Amino acid sequence: MTTRDWLLEDSPNSRWQANAGRAYRVFTALLRNPLSVMGGIIILVLILTAIFAPWLAPYSATGQDLANRLAPPSGTNWMGTDELGRDIFSRVIWGSQITLTIVALVALISAPLGLLIGAIAGYFGGWTDRVLMGITDIFLSMPKLILALAFVAALGPGINNAIIAIAITSWPAYARIARAETLTIRNAEFIAAVRLQGAGPIRVIVQHILPLCTSSMIIRVTLDMAGVILTAAGLGFLGLGAQPPLPEWGAMISRGRTFILDQWWVATMPGFAIIIVSLGFCFLGDGLRDVLDPKNEGK
Amino acid sequence: MNAITLSNVDISYGDTKVVLGVNLEIAEGESFALVGESGSGKSTILRAIAGLAPDWTGEISVLGQPRSHGVDRQVSRQCQMVFQDPYGSLHPRKTIDATLSEPLTIHGIGNRGERVEAMLQAVGLDRRFRFRFPHQLSGGQRQRVAIARALMLEPKVLLLDEPTSALDVSVQAEILNLLKRLRREQGLTYLLVTHNLPVVSFLCDRLAVMRHGQIVEVADVDQLKQGRLSQAYSQELLAATEGRAGAEA
Amino acid sequence: MAPLLSVQNLRVSFPTHRGRVEVVKGISFELGKERLGIVGESGSGKSMTGRAILKLIRKPGLVTADKLEFDSIDLRNQNEKQMRQVRGARISMVMQDPKFSLNPVMTVGEQIAEALVTHEKLPRREVNERILAMLEAVRINDPKRVAGLYPHEVSGGMGQRVMIAMMLIPEPELLIADEPTSALDVSVQAQVLDIIDDLVTSKGMGLILISHDLNLVSRYCDRILVMNAGQVVEECAEGQLSEAQHPYTRGLLAAMPTINESRDELPVLDRTQWAGT
Repeated sequence: MTTRDWLLEDSPNSRWQANAGRAYRVFTALLRNPLSVMGGIIILVLILTAIFAPWLAPYSATGQDLANRLAPPSGTNWMGTDELGRDIFSRVIWGSQITLTIVALVALISAPLGLLIGAIAGYFGGWTDRVLMGITDIFLSMPKLILALAFVAALGPGINNAIIAIAITSWPAYARIARAETLTIRNAEFIAAVRLQGAGPIRVIVQHILPLCTSSMIIRVTLDMAGVILTAAGLGFLGLGAQPPLPEWGAMISRGRTFILDQWWVATMPGFAIIIVSLGFCFLGDGLRDVLDPKNEGK
Repeated sequence: MNAITLSNVDISYGDTKVVLGVNLEIAEGESFALVGESGSGKSTILRAIAGLAPDWTGEISVLGQPRSHGVDRQVSRQCQMVFQDPYGSLHPRKTIDATLSEPLTIHGIGNRGERVEAMLQAVGLDRRFRFRFPHQLSGGQRQRVAIARALMLEPKVLLLDEPTSALDVSVQAEILNLLKRLRREQGLTYLLVTHNLPVVSFLCDRLAVMRHGQIVEVADVDQLKQGRLSQAYSQELLAATEGRAGAEA
Repeated sequence: MAPLLSVQNLRVSFPTHRGRVEVVKGISFELGKERLGIVGESGSGKSMTGRAILKLIRKPGLVTADKLEFDSIDLRNQNEKQMRQVRGARISMVMQDPKFSLNPVMTVGEQIAEALVTHEKLPRREVNERILAMLEAVRINDPKRVAGLYPHEVSGGMGQRVMIAMMLIPEPELLIADEPTSALDVSVQAQVLDIIDDLVTSKGMGLILISHDLNLVSRYCDRILVMNAGQVVEECAEGQLSEAQHPYTRGLLAAMPTINESRDELPVLDRTQWAGT
């Protein structure tokens, strides 16, 4: 029996095999969608670049070479050099680490937080719901970038504070989704059944409601990642995110703005990086939506 | 001791009272049916006994213990419920094994694997089904799983909310046979809600006819079989069914 | 006389990851101005048959037939625009649940009016008169009031009667009723079916009643087709259901409990006995 047969077995022999089989089916369905494959490849390249940055980057990200400043793209400097003579290609590669850190940390902080708050509000209803959703609405009613700006202004500029600020501004959207999903799930008969068996609210929420919210959450988070990258870049651009000499893509564009008419590559190259990575997340998110949407389940 | 006693029970949803002044005594080991049309309040009574419709007044007791208004951990080992819709009553992301083991985990009962396998066998499902997901099962198989789940904690009382009305006739026959056999083997008490009088005739000893939240008549199943129900409304229901005798659910 | 509807070797298939699967496997029947019942369990292809006649099967579903003729029109080569002329005006369909078939933001009267004026240009006053007459025909006591209600304000039984009014007002020649009463209470079911029966008989229409309920179909139809796994396994004339020969039909009949049930165990269908799944 091949691994594939084992995964697609109609009557699995263990819980582990059943779950692995489901994951495998999701994965193969994802592979059938060309755009999501492309998105997946872009994200994979981003991750690999971040991991192997020290070996991939031909030059140091911060090493200055004032004699060779603002050189156009060439065989030695593939993306040209900036106003301090730093190799832009190397900086873009090192910058992937920062982007990836921001994306991962924001997702890790805001998604679980939003999920939990939304599920609690939806499940208990009444006053819990009103208070939690009131707070959520307050956060939602403020423009993301402005709110992030305010937080960074209060906490001081820097990459960590930028991550915290972005995370704080992005959880309310997830809380809304989780609450909406919970409201539809909470009255389902399978929830009534498990409550009748004596399961407490924590067990019901964590083991029965949250797993059903996660797929729409994964889709939403993936689609939002493009926005997170842009917000981080925006903060960087305004000088409130990563501080020099860190090679953060937004900050790099900001620096290149001065030379945009004569030395276009300084601002454009990191701009390309942002666009490609954002697109990658969008493609992957779209593909995931087609595959993970519970309404397609069982087809 | 009665399995279920209701005295003077009113149940409301929000501001509307859907059940008014219901008195019922169901003996241990009995199979009792609540029949009526939609909106008669029959399912609401079931949900109140289970603790899913907490807004009631009066007294409800299960096996001599007064019922609280909510879901109760202690009661869950004595009284379980089977729902109408086999497609909505199983968690779509959990394997059959996970669904059946859960009540054992909650109550700290060991030997789960063996108990799950034994229960699957008792409800007539092959071992192959143990690690499947609900969407890989037919309606009848899902309903078997739902019955198995209700029996995992070895309760004495089973509340059945239209357990066969979403199923095809041939599958309904299988489930009805299963319910009858399980009751005989495990000495269960059934409280069955249905609008299908032939099902009552097959599965129950006594029945109560409900209309507009009140009990119109309590009768023996023999009275039903011989068409000797005393109230006009009960006769109406019977006539509607007889017109299409043996109607499905 | 040529039959109203004539179907030969009708097949409906859907693609799956294991290739195309046929859900209707070559069905043939002819229908005059009579009442035909199609019975079967879920997955037997009975609903697909009804939809295929009206060409309501969406892609990637595929319908083929050697003959699919309604009143000498070959339905197979009618395009979507021509089909719209047929649907509603000449062949109508009543679906299972009125809740999903009625538009929630239009009053009942407006929806019936729309069904009428799409196919016939009439002065406003006459439209109103026809609507009220139709609502009366489906035994709604207070047609003026009901015409002004929204779908959520009417009960299930009344909603289904509104649906029937809507489907019958353009005076079609054939009515396809797909489980018209399974969402309703038993007492209301009989009322609704009696209404359909009356109207069909008095207007001389053809009726295809699709249901999973053998007894119900046998009470209202002149002829019954029993379907299983996409095929017609048996055809019975009115009142002959108890003499059905095919083991599937007999099995279905036996599996139903009766009001005076004395059997200790209901016989269960042995699905391996005949072809199909």
